[in-house]
Amino acid sequence: MHGFANPKRFLSLARWLTPLLLVSGLIVTAVALYWGITSVPPDRLMGETVRILFIHVPTAWLGMGGWSAIAICSLVFLVWRHPLAAIAARAAAVPGLVFTIICLATGSIWGRPTWGTWWVWDGRLTSMLVLAFLYLAYIALAQAAEREGVSPRIPAIFGLLGAVNIPIINRSVVWWNSLHQPPSITMGKSAIDVVFLQPLLLAVLGFSLIFGGVVLARMRALLADIQAEARLRRRALEAD
Amino acid sequence: MKAKHQRLILIVLVLIALIGAGLLASYALRNQASYFYLPEQMAENPPEPGQAVRLGGMVEPGSLEKQADGITVTFAVTGRENSRIPVRFAGILPDLFVEGSGVVAEGRLDASGTFIADNLLAKHDENYVPRELEGMSEHQAAEMAEETTVGLE
Repeated sequence: MHGFANPKRFLSLARWLTPLLLVSGLIVTAVALYWGITSVPPDRLMGETVRILFIHVPTAWLGMGGWSAIAICSLVFLVWRHPLAAIAARAAAVPGLVFTIICLATGSIWGRPTWGTWWVWDGRLTSMLVLAFLYLAYIALAQAAEREGVSPRIPAIFGLLGAVNIPIINRSVVWWNSLHQPPSITMGKSAIDVVFLQPLLLAVLGFSLIFGGVVLARMRALLADIQAEARLRRRALEAD
Repeated sequence: MKAKHQRLILIVLVLIALIGAGLLASYALRNQASYFYLPEQMAENPPEPGQAVRLGGMVEPGSLEKQADGITVTFAVTGRENSRIPVRFAGILPDLFVEGSGVVAEGRLDASGTFIADNLLAKHDENYVPRELEGMSEHQAAEMAEETTVGLE
């Protein structure tokens, strides 16, 4: 754990891990979506629209997983002061937001033919929209903290506080009556038939690999920014 | 005690307080944050006639009837307990609207206790099952046979 906190060692690892994760993620996702779209039978009630499942569910999980990563990294940063943890948290925000938006958009498209409406203000949909706004606020806060030279502890505290929403999203369909259906996949049990479940799990794996690859690529970019700035500052001092 | 241990304890305490606050808030919201009333909740605590509310539950099998004007349907919504609320709706039914499946009706109660719906939303359950019976367990297949024969007499 402490070994990877060293930016130099991290960079030498990320250099080959980033393209590996991205390429394998794209291949696995393409296979899973091709499988889900071409060779899975239609659902008994929803018919062909069931295929949105293979994008909607992985992006929903990763939208929530992205914030969980922000919260864990923020905790590590606040307690142990590892600078790399703050960078990891910042790097997870944009892909997390993108996946949350894809989840909301596919859910809306799915809701129209199945429920008969694009949007309702039930517990699950509202709490997921709140997550998208939390991501926007976090990204703005982290950027402002960097530009204005404010302590990076402020976005880290916000990342930790925002994690309260994650169990609310997860439990929203259990605690409150909602239009969104209750969870299909619970501890060791699935109400999703195996013909849908196999491509779904493969799609989850593929999207997760892409997510990991994007986070590593963004961490490398953020580190390169910091290095370039430090070098410029040093040169400016030498020139004086 | 090292500074990092102090920070860890402080953060853990803050998190516990925060999660507690979140749970209390969700508990306080348990009725207000619900998207609809179940029939038993509506029977126990009826809203004012004319007040806009949502009613959610199962469409009682065998209760769906088309009225003479051709666009009005009546059916009953049942909940977990033995409670049923009659519903009247004039308009286009959503594709997933079938007897024995979930529905959320937006509208109001009239003076006689009938729910007048302005809009119907179909509620999907957590089961995803292909149309073909192959590869199904006996229980599922029986359930499905029952579902596909609803309305056929």
